[in-house]
Amino acid sequence: MTIYILRRLLINVPVLLGISILVFTFIALAPGDPVSAYLKPEMGDNPALREAMRKELGLDQPLPIRYVRWLGMALQGNLGYRAVGGQPVSDVVGRGLKNSLVLMGTALAIGCLLGIPLGILSALRQYSKIDMALTALAFLGISSPSFLLGLGGLYVFGLKLGLFPIGGMVTPSQPFEIRDFLHHLALPALILSFAYIALLMRYTRSSMLDVINATYVTTARAKGLHEKNVILVHAFRNALLPIITVIGLALPEMVGGAVITETVFAWPGMGSLLVEGVAGRDFPLIMGISLVVATTVLIANLLTDIAYVFADPRIRYQ
Amino acid sequence: MAQTELAQVKVITLPERTSTSPGRKALRRFRRHRLAMLGVVIIVILVVAALVGNEPAALTPNLKLTNKPPSLEHPFGTDRTGRDVLARTLVGGRVSLSVGLVAVLFSTAIGTVLGALAGFYRGLVDQIIMRIVDMVMSFPVIVLLLTVVAIVGPGIFKIMVMIGLLTWTTPCRIIRAQFLSLREKEYVEAARCLGMTDFDIAIKHILPNAIAPLLVYASFGVATAVLLEAGLSYLGLGVQPPTPSWGNMLNTARSLSTMERTAWQWIPPAITTVLFVLAVNFVGDGIRDAVDPRALFEK
Repeated sequence: MTIYILRRLLINVPVLLGISILVFTFIALAPGDPVSAYLKPEMGDNPALREAMRKELGLDQPLPIRYVRWLGMALQGNLGYRAVGGQPVSDVVGRGLKNSLVLMGTALAIGCLLGIPLGILSALRQYSKIDMALTALAFLGISSPSFLLGLGGLYVFGLKLGLFPIGGMVTPSQPFEIRDFLHHLALPALILSFAYIALLMRYTRSSMLDVINATYVTTARAKGLHEKNVILVHAFRNALLPIITVIGLALPEMVGGAVITETVFAWPGMGSLLVEGVAGRDFPLIMGISLVVATTVLIANLLTDIAYVFADPRIRYQ
Repeated sequence: MAQTELAQVKVITLPERTSTSPGRKALRRFRRHRLAMLGVVIIVILVVAALVGNEPAALTPNLKLTNKPPSLEHPFGTDRTGRDVLARTLVGGRVSLSVGLVAVLFSTAIGTVLGALAGFYRGLVDQIIMRIVDMVMSFPVIVLLLTVVAIVGPGIFKIMVMIGLLTWTTPCRIIRAQFLSLREKEYVEAARCLGMTDFDIAIKHILPNAIAPLLVYASFGVATAVLLEAGLSYLGLGVQPPTPSWGNMLNTARSLSTMERTAWQWIPPAITTVLFVLAVNFVGDGIRDAVDPRALFEK
């Protein structure tokens, strides 16, 4: 088991490093002289001053050295300071990460809690009216763009009907209260969950259909096991693998996938933060966000691989 | 005796083989898919509407008529600088649809070349390309897209190229899988014996048979590309005004007060985008069912 994990890490860590190198190089090649941001206009355009500034910031070093220095600091948790506002990047990104995880986590959880059972139901009653209706709904859910649904939802339920607050995470003037928070969370999480419900419903259905006709299911029934036992323990457990794959693919999206929807609902997560950073050309922030997203992707992949082993022990030996 | 036996032999005539090519069979199956046909109709309507859009009306401001609600001369009202929203929606369709199309063509081109190389030559080339694919694919596309926009700036051609450069991984995987299996076919071996170059074999023998799943990807890919452009432009980082696009018309919905008070400015492009995406998804589903290899064994 540990060898398996180590092997996965060995494959994934170079990918992470590769991505960080790419983003760092990209940003370094960006047009514009970063030193200008640090020089006030009244100092005039003194080349000697620029050189001194450059030396001080370490910008005169060749690119690989700059990368290694940045990487060293990043590994210690220091991601630098924002170009806009000067706050430490790690603080800002940490907060954004927490907020994004809450939002996307809730959406994914709703997706699993509703999508998987509905998918099983769909598979058990194949071609019935319920199945047809659910499949149609799933199709609509997959095709609907979540940010447009978000705009529509905000307009209808927030502005027109006044059922939900129109954006943000909490009501600014009041102290933090869990009911208020949940009220703000409800609409964006619901909208985002549509896509997950539809996706999981579809994959669960097709996976269960594949499994239900297998011989071991017939054997289980022949043994006289309760139908619920047959379906949930024997059939479902074997159908789990594609479902885990789908959930695993959705995990990396948890930190950056809902950029636009977060902006629509003014939810202060990683997505909104990235948009802020891009709009303000805040490169340290963008670099920090990219690194965090890359790390999350790596961790998500690792978790998925571990989950595979629990679902299907045969994989450990591949 | 032999005479009567011979006389009793019935002459059996085999039925005429009306050969239908796989392409024609696929087309027939596609036409039977009602949702897909509906999708085609919607797409045609949207494309025609986009082409007849009145460009001058979409681009000339008229400061006497700003923010007017829908009326007879302006069925969808006017926007912040007095431009007709209907005209902007139609012309914006041209922009959004062309971004979608070009981006998909670009990503398919890159993906096909790299996938073909990976699938055909295998070995080290395959390993390198697949590592790159894994790297690009593990990120949410929008994060990468925004990072690149931060560096190179917004603009319609830049986003066409950028979306293409960030979504080529899917067609790459599709083509690679196809090449990996098709290169073992006998006709490839025969072609090689005949002395055909690798390039010719790839283009003339393998590629035509690999097209089917690529068509499915292309249709879903156009929807994705249009949505990415809409998202970027909504954030103000895509197509820049005054050029209209469905996405940047949605930008007016960024402020809650404009969203409520001048709803006619953002609802039409929202509806057209949703309609287009739905229609393209229907068509893609229809294509997928039509070219399903399991079904190719029917008569």
